[in-house]
Amino acid sequence: MISGFTQIVRRDLRLASRQGMDNVMVVVFFVIAVVLFPFGVGPEPNILARISAGVIWVAALLASMLSLERLFQADYEDGSLELLALQPMALEIVVLGKVTAHWLTTGLPLIAAAPLLAVLLNMETQGFLILIGALLVGTPTLSLIGAVGAALVLGSRRGGVLLSLLILPLYIPVLIFGVSAVDAAITGFTFKPQLLILGAFMIGSLALCPWASAGALKQAIE
Amino acid sequence: MLTLAAGSETPTGRSSFSFRKSKIPFRRTDSHVTSNGNNMPAFTGTDLTCVRGERIVFAGLGFGLAAGGALVLVGPNGSGKSSLLRLMAGLLPPAEGGLDWDGEAISEDPESHGGRLHYVGHLDAVKPVLTVAENVQFWSGMRNGGKPSEEASLKALEVLGIAHLADIPGRFLSAGQKRRANLARILSAEAPLWLLDEPTTALDVAAIAALEDAIGKHRAGGGMVVISTHADMALDDTQTLDLDDFAHHSLPGSGA
Repeated sequence: MISGFTQIVRRDLRLASRQGMDNVMVVVFFVIAVVLFPFGVGPEPNILARISAGVIWVAALLASMLSLERLFQADYEDGSLELLALQPMALEIVVLGKVTAHWLTTGLPLIAAAPLLAVLLNMETQGFLILIGALLVGTPTLSLIGAVGAALVLGSRRGGVLLSLLILPLYIPVLIFGVSAVDAAITGFTFKPQLLILGAFMIGSLALCPWASAGALKQAIE
Repeated sequence: MLTLAAGSETPTGRSSFSFRKSKIPFRRTDSHVTSNGNNMPAFTGTDLTCVRGERIVFAGLGFGLAAGGALVLVGPNGSGKSSLLRLMAGLLPPAEGGLDWDGEAISEDPESHGGRLHYVGHLDAVKPVLTVAENVQFWSGMRNGGKPSEEASLKALEVLGIAHLADIPGRFLSAGQKRRANLARILSAEAPLWLLDEPTTALDVAAIAALEDAIGKHRAGGGMVVISTHADMALDDTQTLDLDDFAHHSLPGSGA
């Protein structure tokens, strides 16, 4: 089980590194989306500082959506998904492996880029660490929930748009607590409850999403 | 050896192998069947009905396959050869009937069933950015408990005559080479049951000969093969299952 999981993670990381542009594009999208805001709302430092956490989180949600459609699509189209379903291990483990690789290749780069964008938006420095911490706990949840949507839209035309409609509403709780953790840290309040709730979301989705996703995949390959 | 699972001939006396036409659905193409001690078919299907898109593809189909046996699926396009192979693999649940491995329903433990079969479908599952060797090694590693056996994969590539392509990325392969790489996958890890859906597609004469040879060795070691093919393959001692015999349109007012 464990070895199958690591094999899938390694394979997907290798695939991602060989076709590197996909993941670079996600980060570039994230940066551009955030950079658009100072142009849109004007360069007033106080306003930017006030909205910085929300802007970064919303851009991170949208950026992580961007690559989700491909999560199972390539394997579905070339027949690998059928074969993965026929391995001597639960399909849930396959899903978990693929989600882990997806997070490592898209979630982690977003987290690395976030502090730079926080500087750009004039965020108060005491919010930086919490922003990174909240993203570290929150983005795996985004990948896990996204995997359910990616599995559900498999084989449908215009899957990307459908995926956004299905998944973005489910991202709202993560967004609320992610932003409020950073805001609390900046205004000097305690931010622990928000981080704990984000952690609870992650554990909950870790238990439920691979199972739901595997169910949807089984339907797709029937 | 092949065991006919029809009607009263089954050693277990299961009456559920009902054939609804008087035509004998299995033809034994060879008579020198060796005995393998137990007569119990290791892999059997009973009264299978397959429904695709609200259309009954076949109904009341049964088969029995013992260690070393080979079942050749024939029938016109759309008669359900691929669907039957997907049923056997467990990718598709049967609308009716059941599949058993040594008497145990495969739906009881789909993971173990997945581990004892190799399925070759219409798609070759060759990743364009991975080399041929990496492609084969990944799949063999999944079977061998996480230890990708380089030796076994290279040997499999040699058997199929693509050892010289080991370091070539999948995107440069021709259709026939991709199919060879896919077949190398099933040779690189042992599994008792091979389910091959038109495996000769895009293969040249030499590759078909290599495949026939590999199937022969697999069966000599007690392995089973279910194969659907339009091309004639030189396999001895096979059972033939004509899916047209179970087509639903030929069964007006069917009752079991």
